[in-house]
Amino acid sequence: MFARRLLYWISMAAGLVLAIVPLPGWLDPVRPDLALLAMIYFVLTSPRIAGLGYAWLSGLFLDVLRGMVLGQHALGFLVVGYVTHKLQLRMRMFPIVQQAVIVMLLLGLYHFLMFWIDGLTGHGYTGWVRWLPVLSGALLWPLVVALGDSLTRRSS
Amino acid sequence: MVELSHDSRPIIGRGPPLTAYFLTLAAISVGLMVADQRYHQIDRIRESLSRVIYPVQRAVDFPFRATDWVTESFADRSRLRQENLELTARLRLANLQLQRFAVLEEENRRLRDMRANTAGIAEKVLVASILNVDLDPFRHRVLLDKGAADGVFKDQAVLDGDGIFGQVSKVNASTAEVILISDAEHAIPVQSNRSGVRTIAVGTGDQNKLSLPFVTVESDLQPGDLLLSTGMGGVFPPGYPVAQVSKVKRAGSTFALVEARPTARLDQAREVLLVWFKPRVEPAPAATGTAATDIAATAAPTGAAAPPAPVAAPPASAPATRPSPELAAPPAQAGGE
Repeated sequence: MFARRLLYWISMAAGLVLAIVPLPGWLDPVRPDLALLAMIYFVLTSPRIAGLGYAWLSGLFLDVLRGMVLGQHALGFLVVGYVTHKLQLRMRMFPIVQQAVIVMLLLGLYHFLMFWIDGLTGHGYTGWVRWLPVLSGALLWPLVVALGDSLTRRSS
Repeated sequence: MVELSHDSRPIIGRGPPLTAYFLTLAAISVGLMVADQRYHQIDRIRESLSRVIYPVQRAVDFPFRATDWVTESFADRSRLRQENLELTARLRLANLQLQRFAVLEEENRRLRDMRANTAGIAEKVLVASILNVDLDPFRHRVLLDKGAADGVFKDQAVLDGDGIFGQVSKVNASTAEVILISDAEHAIPVQSNRSGVRTIAVGTGDQNKLSLPFVTVESDLQPGDLLLSTGMGGVFPPGYPVAQVSKVKRAGSTFALVEARPTARLDQAREVLLVWFKPRVEPAPAATGTAATDIAATAAPTGAAAPPAPVAAPPASAPATRPSPELAAPPAQAGGE
């Protein structure tokens, strides 16, 4: 159990690190939200441990890291975590491709929220490039699942 | 009939119902956002969180710094010699210019003293390096490795070797966030070196382009004109290069389409200078839009392009309260003039 908890915090930290690692210019807008994907994965596989508090906290840390309005990513993570929690029993049954589609919808919801809050706080960027992480995240989902499964099997 | 609950947390020690928990956290997030955006009350929370986050930023920065160090340490000898020769040559040239400059500066100081006005000369500078951290692909912000502990304050001017770089937008304990002059939310009052036309240069979100939206068709600006900072608004020291006019298109009936290219190397700089200077004494500046109103007020008498009270004066160049340079003086690293 302890090893599990540790794993959650480590993967959160890893997701946050990957959220700010400098990437070459063309790759930068495509950067998938790995912290969010990790959060979805843990809420799906072990909702008893990784709950909304976990989701909210990782969002809050992301806000501080990126210097955004405090609470923006926290709210996004929270909403996605809540919806995932609600869908969890169904989603776990889905084949991986279908899961990826649901994840894409979740990411879309998240980015819509971010877009909306950006607009409210006065720095909206409206180009289509902004929506690329939704696609890259969904494409990366099977990888996240594979990696997560192998890690949790080893640690439990 | 068994009904499956959606809430699959353990029944004992489950805490509040999921939806209630969700709504509470959501309310807290919204509260935080409003407090952050409207009232700027939670800088302390942000600062304590940033202390937790600082090791992460350092960890991200470390490999890049280490690679730089390694490549520099093992750089081949001939290249280093070549570089050394070039630098020596440049230093000789710079020294030569400096000799002339010293005389001019002395004269300038004497003249200013006669007018009892020594405002606008950079008094202290502090070198800060840019952390290798990506903040947001759509906003031009960088993170410096100096923070409140080094005396950095909000709205402080940041320069690089070639011109004005940006200004400090957030100060944490040991880091500071800088908004570049090319950020779409940034605006800086400028003046043409050749014709003296004053206007505002607004960031476009493109690192190689500033836009000058309040230039009338008749005003005297040409491609190649150097735009200097005016020091209005009290954020930037006056007389430093900001950008070079790259395009002037007089198509419309009132405003010309003018673009300029920042002189500072916004995308390449690794190290920048934080500047302390004595701002020009202003007759009680208003809290917002100082730069814009000043421009309108001072541009009118000279007959040059008085923009019709620029609406889009972003808060970027509006200092509200700022500690005096003496108070904010950094402890040891400060050098230079």
